[in-house]
Order: sequence, then C-alpha cells, then structure tokens
Amino acid sequence: MSATPTKGWAYFKWSLRRNWSLYLLVLPVLIYFIIFLYWPMYGVQIAFKDFSPGKGITGSPWAMTGGELDLFKHFKNFFTSIHFTRTIRNTLTISFYSLAVNFPIPIILAILMNELRSPKFKSVVQTVTYLPHFISVVVMCGMLWIFLRNETGMVNLAIKALGGQSINFMNDGQYFKHVYVWSGVWQNAGWGTIIYMATLSGLDVQMYEAANIDGANKWQQIWYITLPCLMPTAAMLLILDSGAIMNVGFDKVFLLQTDLTLEASDVISTLVYRRGMLDANYSFSSAVGLFNSVINCIILVTVNAISRKIGNVSLW
Amino acid sequence: MAAIRKNRIKLTVGDRVFNAVNLILMILILAIIIYPLWFVVIASFSDSASVLAGEVWLWPKGFHLDSYRRVFANSQIRTGYLNTIIYTILGTFVNLVGTVALAYPLSRRDFAGRNVIMLFLTITMFFNGGMIPTYLVYRQIGIVNTPWVMILTGAVSVYNTILVRTFFQSQPFELQEAAMIDGCSNMRLLLQIILPLSKPILAVMVIFYGVAHWNDYFNALIYLSDDALKPLALVLRDILITTTESAGGRDNAGAGASQAELARTAESMKYAVIIVSTVPMLCLYPFTQKYFSKGVMLGAIKG
Repeated sequence: MSATPTKGWAYFKWSLRRNWSLYLLVLPVLIYFIIFLYWPMYGVQIAFKDFSPGKGITGSPWAMTGGELDLFKHFKNFFTSIHFTRTIRNTLTISFYSLAVNFPIPIILAILMNELRSPKFKSVVQTVTYLPHFISVVVMCGMLWIFLRNETGMVNLAIKALGGQSINFMNDGQYFKHVYVWSGVWQNAGWGTIIYMATLSGLDVQMYEAANIDGANKWQQIWYITLPCLMPTAAMLLILDSGAIMNVGFDKVFLLQTDLTLEASDVISTLVYRRGMLDANYSFSSAVGLFNSVINCIILVTVNAISRKIGNVSLW
Repeated sequence: MAAIRKNRIKLTVGDRVFNAVNLILMILILAIIIYPLWFVVIASFSDSASVLAGEVWLWPKGFHLDSYRRVFANSQIRTGYLNTIIYTILGTFVNLVGTVALAYPLSRRDFAGRNVIMLFLTITMFFNGGMIPTYLVYRQIGIVNTPWVMILTGAVSVYNTILVRTFFQSQPFELQEAAMIDGCSNMRLLLQIILPLSKPILAVMVIFYGVAHWNDYFNALIYLSDDALKPLALVLRDILITTTESAGGRDNAGAGASQAELARTAESMKYAVIIVSTVPMLCLYPFTQKYFSKGVMLGAIKG
C-alpha cells in the first residue's frame, strides 16, 4: 500500500477516489441545504430593498426614501413604530418569566421523584408526567381555549361554583403571560426531568449511606449531595435556555393571542407573520426578522463566551 | 439490599414526614396532570349541554357516541387526517434517508472535507433567512401550496444529524476497516453493517421526526392555502380555537338561539376531535418510552 496523504488537496483527491460513493451520498443533502436554507439567507437582502413581487429578490430596487438611497429604511420604521417597544417588552417578559419558572421546576420535580420509596410508583409518576409533552401545540391551545373560556369554561364553572366571578382569561391581556407560562409547565415540566433523572440514576448510593450514618437528614442529603450533583447539567441547560431569550416560539403565542390581547401578547415572530404574510409587507417584515436573528446570534455567542469563561461549559 | 433495609429502620421522624409530604405532593401533581386529560375524555362522551352547564365533573353524563360519529362524518377532518398521515410517513422517510446520508460520511474519519461540511451545516443552526425570505424562495421554486412543502421543509435537522453521527462514531471503526479490507463497498458497509447496529438511534429519530410532522402546524399555516391539502393541525385550529374564540365573544353579547345551537354542536365535537387527533401519538408512547432517555442523553453529550 502506498503512503496515504493526510492533508491538503492531495488528501481530498485520495479520499474522493476511495470514498466517491460517500460524496455521492452527501451531495443531494448539501444541494438541499443550499436551496432550502442558504438561498433564503441570500434573500434576506430584501430587508434593505423595496421588494416588489414582479421583480423578485435580486431585481427589486434598494430601499429609497424621497428619491435617496436609504438602506435601513425598514429598520428605522420598525424602531420608531409602537410595535418596537411592545414586541421587545413582551418577548423579554414572556422569556424571563418562562425561564424563571421552567428552569427550576424540573429540577425540584426530579429530586422529589427520586426520593419516592416505591420504584413502581416512581415509574408511574414518570410515565404520567411525560405524557402531556406529546400533545400538539394546537390541541394544547385548543384545550386552554375550551377550559378557560369565559362563563362556560371548566375553570370558570369551578370558580363560579365556589362563589367567584367568571374571569375572561383569554381576552384579557393581563392573564396572557400566566396562561402561556403555566400551561407550558403543565405540558413540559415532566419531560424536562428526564435529563436530571438520568443523572440521578447514575449517582453512587454509598454517598447517601455515608451521609445517613453521619446523621444527615433528608433535607441535608438533598442540599449537600443531590443538588450539587445536578448542577453541571442544570448550568448547561440554563445556558442553552438563555441563548433563546429573544426567541419566543411563534406557534403557541399565535394560537393563544386575540386582537384584544395584542398589547400583552404581540411578540416579534407574530408581528413578522402579520405584517409579512397577511399584509404582504415583505421588506418591512424581513427587516424585523433579520433584526431578531442578529440579536439572537449575538446573545448566543455572548452567553457561550461568558459560560466558557466562568463555568468551563461551552456549546462549541 | 441489606444496606437499604438498614436505612429503612433508621428513618427519623423528620424523614418520615418528608416522605409522607412528598407522596402527597406527587399524588397532587398526578391529579393536576391527569384531570384535564380525563375531563376531555368524559366530555367527549357526554351531552354537550351538560358539559356547558358544568354538570360533568368525574363521569360522562348522558353517555353517547354522537360526537365521534360527527367527527368521522366530517369530510374536512377526514381529509386532514389522511393528509397528516401521508405527510408524516413520507416526511419521516425523507428525514431518515437524508439524515443518515449526511451523518454517515461525516462519521467517517477518512472522509476528507467533513469539517468544512460541518461548518456549512452549523451556520444554518445559528442563522436563517427568516419567515418572509424563506416563503419567497419557496414560492419561487414552486413548492408553496403543494404537498412537497410539508414533506421537504426541515428535511434534515442538523441537530439530529449530529446525534446520529455521534452514535455512528461510538461504534468501533476497526469493524468497518476490517470489512473494507475484505472488499466491502461503502454502501454495503452502511446498509448491512452500520444501520443494523444503529436501530436504537434510528428509533429515536423516527420518534423525533414523526412527532414533529404529526404536530406540524407552522408550515401548513404559512405555505398551504388549499383546503384539500391542509393537515389535521389546521383543521383542529379552525374547530378548537376559531369557533371557541368567536363563541366566547358572542356569549357576552347575548347570542341568538341559532348561534347558541351552533356553539353547542361544535362543543360536542371539540373534545372528540382532541381525542381522535392525539390518540395515535399517545399509542406510540409506550413503545417508544424506553428510547426517550437515550435520545435526550445523546443530545446532552453533544450539547
């Protein structure tokens, strides 16, 4: 066997001759990525143009204001509109609220589940708490709409039966974020414990036995053994979650919001949808979307840099 | 075993209280999770007037199957159901083929250029064209408002590709080298050696991709306008949310008799349609449960 090159053009040619079928395998997928993902990235330029459907992405003229070139016209329009503060405020409120609730609850739940004495009951709890994760977002929101409906919804029937006043949960903006966040807890808290349960099942029982002999009670065992063992996983998940802080998912917000709650429920992605898909304001909408993507990117890179520095945890 | 038994004897009063409180808390949590689901089940079998009047709490009242009959008689729901099944099966198939075709070469250490390809893929995880440019491009290539948009959108997830690649790499490369020396071609290697060894990760992929297709709502909303192509998710939205929204609004304004009747008819169907659309995924659940933690943990290792 002749010596094989290990790098450079020669290595590539050697690999191509030897593994031509693998390149053939990858090629269609790469073409797919170019068409479905890179072409739209090229299309982002319409954020700086005055898009007209007849002229297409490349053919549309650059954005103008009063006959002068004004590339950032659509961005300026967004920054000065009432939507800017509203969507940013709602996005951040919902994200932070969601993170503050959805981060600790799976940890607590996992610890409590882990303390259950009967393995059988423990597996029942696990099975049941995972279940809601499989409900689709449309059905989830549909259930919320039905249960929380004014006057005749299950929740309001219960409130009225207990002597209270019916609450118009879905059409009153002040309830939007609570409905959004706590229904998320109902649906995903159990699923979120999987990763912690896996960590806990790998812990050495001897640690607990030793602590027990030293007279540590349950709380002390949880506080000094279980919790520290979960910390690396928790830190990693916190980093991942905070990278998505400006990225409130479209589906659930869109399905729960009404015209009456827009003040409290309008986020960037729903604004992009309304202005772009419904009003056909393509350039403006792309500018808003691009602004959001760039911020997301910056946050992710920053969060990762910080975590690498202080916690030695990195995504890449 | 002996150690555990000894522990049990040494339980302090405080620990007993903790265990009791914990047990009660868990039972409470189970109830909170199960009750809404149970309510949907009993309401689907109940008379809608009793449900709206708040008479249904623990057991069906005025048991009947009319709602289910109405759901299956509804042509919109039937079309949607069929579409969702087609999109899920074809889409998941495309996902699997694409993901393996990408992951396998990337897992091979003798595959030159894999770092460049990884970079090319990773960029798409951090940055994308966004809703509108993507829509315009899809329109230009002519897949908007065709079934293809539901099958091809998100055909290969970079995240899942990394999971599969990691799994492939976890198997001894010597095995592949030995086969190659025996004159085994790359394709045979993949199809007859690697894939049969990778059933667990393929099962995880089927779950991840399959559930995503079944529940896909966003792509249908953006790219499909033809009723005949709409998946179940969009039909569900019309039945569950759009009608509830308007019914809720009209409740206050004092609805007319015919409208109240309409709302009642829709009401009985809502619960049944939730059951009919969710049960296939929940049926899959027991068979796939053992793979969950594997899938999640694989993600964590890479993560």
